[in-house]
Amino acid sequence: MSGPLLKVENLRIELTTRDGIAPVIDNLSFELNAGENISFVGESGCGKSMTALGIMGLLPEKIGRIASGSITFDGEDLTAASEARLKEIRGNDISMIFQEPMTSLNPVYTVGEQIAEVLRRHQGLSTAQAWTKATELLDAVRIPNPQARVSDYPFQMSGGQRQRVMIAIALACEPKILIADEPTTALDVTVQAQIFDLLRDLQAETGTAIMLITHDMGAVAEMSERMIVMYAGRKAEEGRVDEVIEHARHPYTKGLISCVPHIMQTLTEERHKLTEIEGIVPSLREFGRNNCLFAARCELVEDRCLNERPPENSFGKTQKAACWRAEEV
Amino acid sequence: MSDTVKVPEEEVVEARSPFSEAWEMFRKNHAAMAGLVVLVLIVVAAIIGPPLYAVDPFEMVWAPFSPPGVDGFILGTDYLGRDLVAALLGGARVSLIIGLAAAFVTVAIGVTVGALAGFYLGWVEEVLMRITEFFQVLPTLLFSMVIVALFGASLPMITFAIGVVSWPPVARITRAEFLRIRELEYVTASRASGAKNFKLMFSVILPNALPPIIVQSALMVGSAILFEAGLSFLGLTDPNVVSWGQVIGSNRQYILDAPYTVTIPGLAIFVTVLAISLVGDGLNDALNPKLRQR
Amino acid sequence: MADNALLNVENLTVRFSVKRGSSWGRKSYLYAVDDISFQIKRGETLAIVGESGSGKSTTALAVARLVPAHSGRVELDGEDFLALEDEALRQARSKIQFIFQDPYSSLNPRLRAEAIVREPLDSLKAVPEADRQAIVDRLFKAVGLRKEQQRLFPHQFSGGQRQRIGIARALVTQPQLVICDEPVSALDVAVQAQILNLLRELQSEFGLTYLFISHDLGVVQHMCDSIAVMYMGKIVEHADRLSLFNNPLHPYTAALLSAVPSVDKARREATKRILIPGDPPDPINPPKGCRFANRCPVAQAQCRDAEPPLRDLKGGHRVACHLVGDDAVSPL
Repeated sequence: MSGPLLKVENLRIELTTRDGIAPVIDNLSFELNAGENISFVGESGCGKSMTALGIMGLLPEKIGRIASGSITFDGEDLTAASEARLKEIRGNDISMIFQEPMTSLNPVYTVGEQIAEVLRRHQGLSTAQAWTKATELLDAVRIPNPQARVSDYPFQMSGGQRQRVMIAIALACEPKILIADEPTTALDVTVQAQIFDLLRDLQAETGTAIMLITHDMGAVAEMSERMIVMYAGRKAEEGRVDEVIEHARHPYTKGLISCVPHIMQTLTEERHKLTEIEGIVPSLREFGRNNCLFAARCELVEDRCLNERPPENSFGKTQKAACWRAEEV
Repeated sequence: MSDTVKVPEEEVVEARSPFSEAWEMFRKNHAAMAGLVVLVLIVVAAIIGPPLYAVDPFEMVWAPFSPPGVDGFILGTDYLGRDLVAALLGGARVSLIIGLAAAFVTVAIGVTVGALAGFYLGWVEEVLMRITEFFQVLPTLLFSMVIVALFGASLPMITFAIGVVSWPPVARITRAEFLRIRELEYVTASRASGAKNFKLMFSVILPNALPPIIVQSALMVGSAILFEAGLSFLGLTDPNVVSWGQVIGSNRQYILDAPYTVTIPGLAIFVTVLAISLVGDGLNDALNPKLRQR
Repeated sequence: MADNALLNVENLTVRFSVKRGSSWGRKSYLYAVDDISFQIKRGETLAIVGESGSGKSTTALAVARLVPAHSGRVELDGEDFLALEDEALRQARSKIQFIFQDPYSSLNPRLRAEAIVREPLDSLKAVPEADRQAIVDRLFKAVGLRKEQQRLFPHQFSGGQRQRIGIARALVTQPQLVICDEPVSALDVAVQAQILNLLRELQSEFGLTYLFISHDLGVVQHMCDSIAVMYMGKIVEHADRLSLFNNPLHPYTAALLSAVPSVDKARREATKRILIPGDPPDPINPPKGCRFANRCPVAQAQCRDAEPPLRDLKGGHRVACHLVGDDAVSPL
């Protein structure tokens, strides 16, 4: 295959709010290769989930729309695709799992029925075949005793198991891309570790590319090869994970990494003050402005940041940061 | 130490209470505002109408069945030659008073029962909710007719009868809100800082439970007016006061000969109840935080 | 140890009755907190960590008497807090205050910020009315809010600012013990740091004692002097910060620590993920042996037969595991 699996170019997604139209995604470009694992990081309201919904063609009806730019998946421009075609792609080629596995599953059907339904609809399997495959999938996501659990209702399962079922549904049609939107935020840390292991193993087996949306730098470091840091609908920084963690080029990325108390290899008596990022993410009203939207919270802010939107500077082969003073960070 | 905490500079926002925001929202709702304007007009007419239009609604002032606009009687006269304008203005007072008073009785009983049940739980809740269910399954019209028939058809008794059969929905809403809100952390916070039960119930939980209760009681005014009309249509009314339902009831035999004697007070009831419903719906939209976020 | 302990919890048990199945009239009990004991020294922070269902939040609520304890003692400054009733309890509540998890539901939406902070003073009436405003002003400043913001209503604040209001409210009665129940887990990462720093500043400024409930080991590591790890209503390990993080003895603690994703490359490479498959057992019918035995990678026959007691090892490191000897070596 030539070229990336997914190529997003100059994507602009607009949301109609009470205060007018706001670009919740503003000039976003990135590429995702087959089998790759990329992370989107940022605070809430920075456009991580909106990017995912844009790719899935699931923007909130009537209020959200793709204003310009393109999303090319496997050579096909999704922004131009019909709703029917998008539906086809959504089930077969790109699938998504969400934060809250309880509300994503239908409580009145057994998990087996819900997995089998997807298989019948998208792969045309017979009822019996679909049921067998559903059992296999539960086994694949490591639910013990799948023959029995396949007839369980969602409420009979723990949060971690429900998320496994969601993963089974998402992987039922062997998609090329799996978008995981904060898949472990609602789960305990030991369960999170299990889900991450599972995703990594499944990725190695099936070659699915994973787009992980998270706010946890630790999760990024554990899971992904590349990361994109989003701030206020714009890409703040992009690069290989170890590269970025080693030397972030955007003050926001730097802040995100150092504002969280991490457990280090050896703990010492010393505990320094955590880095604070003052203030909060700007409101949607300010999203379209032609300046650096992080300027109000930035320690390195200078006049230029307030008046002009910073261009993307490259560092090395893969790292890019949209900051006027990236050299100094 | 604390002085080192940097205070982010931002524009000073003006303090806006949840209720002032609700009013903002209400004002943007055209239907609700129209309802409010109509309602205000009716209330004004009920207050200043009778003194300005000094005609006794019980007095026979002209020949019976004089159609509207003829002989100087704008809305005509009824089967006894009584002025319908006077009946309408006088009836507005009675209907509104009964509507408001009955709604007040309803809310007083309903909120008390619901608040106690939702706050204390356990056997208090069991007993109160069984009583509520008992009142809910009673045939309301029949039961209120019995009360009025037994204790006399005076305005206070009619009000009481309407209130006594209408409170269960208010009690259920209040209890549901109490059950929801009592689990919220700010209630726990108040308890953790030594608030007494009475304070928790009435100054912490109740104000936050009010929005649906307000909406319900606004609609209650409308249904109480209808209820009163129904009772007086059946003749269960205070013979010494004029109300819209009573006008309809007393003229009902002549509905084919002089339809206006029934339709005009009927229209008055319709417009009033509609206006109240619009206001109630508007309140619902304005006070419901989920709708407000849109 | 007992001399400078501000809070002394002994054999605290909290149980909830559960209706189950069709067995009429027969009540079963869920022991959310099962016979736990710990102490907190004045001016220090004890963290209770654990996953959902471990009983950590219930412990906090029981200590503050917001959930009734079934048995045990909670001594605050030598006084038995569980024995207080009615008016005495109401007045004593000023000594233990709570910071809640959710800054959205923990503030009364109908009150202005200043009224929220002043409410405990108004309820307890221990401070003359004239002095209350000055106290509120001082705390607003201490938590980093401006004076003019006192007039605003909760929905006009951001999540972090709301949590500051919650902190000011908790400190207004000058409590001896402040219980922080997941105080930052509902906040955005960048805002968490602001609140954690503030809590530490306030601790050194006012000499506060914290009981800190959290599931986030990174946060706990940063905030605490000692840590108790809970699993299914029991404390399985309790030690000072360095011992617990650098030498976790209980297999569950080790598994918990190994599950935390880290940005530290050295740690990622050095940590072997300890897998604990499956789910915790049914809390209504806990197994008779160690409650962790069914998921423990090193469990042996004795673990399933007898419940391990919480034993004191050298240096005050306490652990409830049959397989840890007095030499304090992890069985893993």
